[in-house]
Amino acid sequence: MQDRPVLTASQINDELLWPVFELRRRHVLAFLPPFILVMAGAVAVTILIWQGLWITGLQRPAFWGFFIVNFVFWIGVSHAGTMISSILRLTQAEWKRPITRAAEVMTVFALVTSLIHPVIHAGRPWRIIYWLLPYDFTRGIWPDVRSPLVWDPVAITTYLTGSILFVFTALIPDFAIIRDQSTGMRRTIYGALAMGWRGTPRQWQLQGIFGILMSALILPVFVSVHSIVSWDFAASVVPAWHVTVYAPYFVIGAVHSGVSMVLTLMAFMRWIFKLENFIWEDHFDAVGRLLIFIATAWLFFFFLDFAFSFYTREEQEIAVMERRLLEWPFNAITIIMVMTSYVIPIPLWLNRKVRRNIALMFWTSILVNIGMWLERFFLIIPAIERKQELTFLWANYVPSLTESVIVLASFGMVAMLLIIFAKLVPLVPAWEQKEGQVFRSEVQIGEVTVPAIVRESEEPRAW
Amino acid sequence: MANQSVLGLYENADTAAEGARNLRAAGFTSDDYEVMTGNPYPEGAFGEHVKKNKLFRFSLFGGFIGFITAFLFVFATQTAFPLVTGGKPILAIPASMIIMYEFTLLVAMIFTVIGVIFESRLPRPGGAGPLYDARITLGYIGLLVTVDQERIGNAQQALQSGGAEEVINEPA
Repeated sequence: MQDRPVLTASQINDELLWPVFELRRRHVLAFLPPFILVMAGAVAVTILIWQGLWITGLQRPAFWGFFIVNFVFWIGVSHAGTMISSILRLTQAEWKRPITRAAEVMTVFALVTSLIHPVIHAGRPWRIIYWLLPYDFTRGIWPDVRSPLVWDPVAITTYLTGSILFVFTALIPDFAIIRDQSTGMRRTIYGALAMGWRGTPRQWQLQGIFGILMSALILPVFVSVHSIVSWDFAASVVPAWHVTVYAPYFVIGAVHSGVSMVLTLMAFMRWIFKLENFIWEDHFDAVGRLLIFIATAWLFFFFLDFAFSFYTREEQEIAVMERRLLEWPFNAITIIMVMTSYVIPIPLWLNRKVRRNIALMFWTSILVNIGMWLERFFLIIPAIERKQELTFLWANYVPSLTESVIVLASFGMVAMLLIIFAKLVPLVPAWEQKEGQVFRSEVQIGEVTVPAIVRESEEPRAW
Repeated sequence: MANQSVLGLYENADTAAEGARNLRAAGFTSDDYEVMTGNPYPEGAFGEHVKKNKLFRFSLFGGFIGFITAFLFVFATQTAFPLVTGGKPILAIPASMIIMYEFTLLVAMIFTVIGVIFESRLPRPGGAGPLYDARITLGYIGLLVTVDQERIGNAQQALQSGGAEEVINEPA
């Protein structure tokens, strides 16, 4: 790791908290495009509810379209946030400091965004209430816990609740910083949120234990959530969905898209919030190396999915695979997906100079996410719209403009929520940065000698 | 005799440790003073003794409550409306395990957060307290001594001789 800049506590506060206290032009400029997208999405949703689902491309037998594709995509993205944060906390990696909060917050906003999709997909969102709550107490009808459609909301709600609690508890010391720097109403609000935090050794000790304990608790949830989302498909009898490899395949795909999104977010934060002193080339380098492994694991499962289908030698399974690989437009989608998710980024990431080039890392992470969105489309649509034995069930799913606008708006929504969040609290934990400054070298601190953080060699690497 | 507090504010860790040493030399124990910092320091940096916490018990208890709740929910709902679907048994263990797994972890996480807040002695009524100083989050280190009125003068002296930038007395 390169030497971190020496900053005082006051400088760290100034550099990390300016978005909370000031409204600069770059903040407004960053907010406007996603806001416009969200407004367009709101109009599209209103039209959809007013007109009904007939204006979408959904038709028999393809009743799962863009909304479900996007739902699975955002659930996937949400995964890497808490995963990367938890793994870094558990391994006590020094480079976690600027990344953890943004990654955890991205998890929350991606989950919220994903949860909107099934509601829109229902066509009559107000009727969701009958599905969410026990249907009818008087007749004793309860949700069927044997159904994946009940496992799914239970798992996602657990993950969302855990992620919100994770973010909130780690925010308490930063609420106290803002409280101490504020006056008036802001001081009252942040004072209430800080709950009287004073930074005693016991409070800091508990923060440290909490980070590790919560990471250990949320990691199994992370693995279970996308496995359960995959069982929405795998527990059905639709050919090519009904495979045992779906759970790990979905999880690794989620990690691939999510870690790439963390990379996009890191570059975005560095540019918009001027975080050059906190997010360095080293961080991009480290995430890039991690992505090489993740992408290769994803490719393995991609081939394994084909192997599982071909091994069955079942006509219907092979028909879906044939459709995915050979029929327009899925053949083009498959090629674009493999190119953008693996073939283009991996050779680039193998080069250390590329991994330390923030602009290139940003654009390759965008490429991966295009590919991983297409992967969800590739997995869901060809299987559900395959030609049935009865000709009246033959149909191709062609997404409508309304659906496309809602998909684009979902990207705007996550970006907009992140920018609003950054206006309220620092995206990089100020207290963790200050802690990093304390540990920056081998020093005698008070009455104990603490080891310096382990810094990686400055020698150029072979790869 | 009523207790009184005095806060010594130090610009850096070394002077704060010196202040803490002086306090102990003057006969105060680590239970008589409380350290307040804007970021974590290694345990014992100021000679303080942090008592053991019971956070793990909260998580364990939460997990147990979650598991029992899920167990009752899953089996009670299925037997309340015994509808056979797809030839699956009414009380299907593998399917029910998923709900129980998620509930166990959900309640364990909720109880962990409750545990952190409770064990951190939060929320504090009246905020951070009358002697808390906003400079603490700007990098200053506070040593808050709470002793009976007779010894408060000694405490002030010990804090001052340690290099405190400011010594603040509790408002009357």
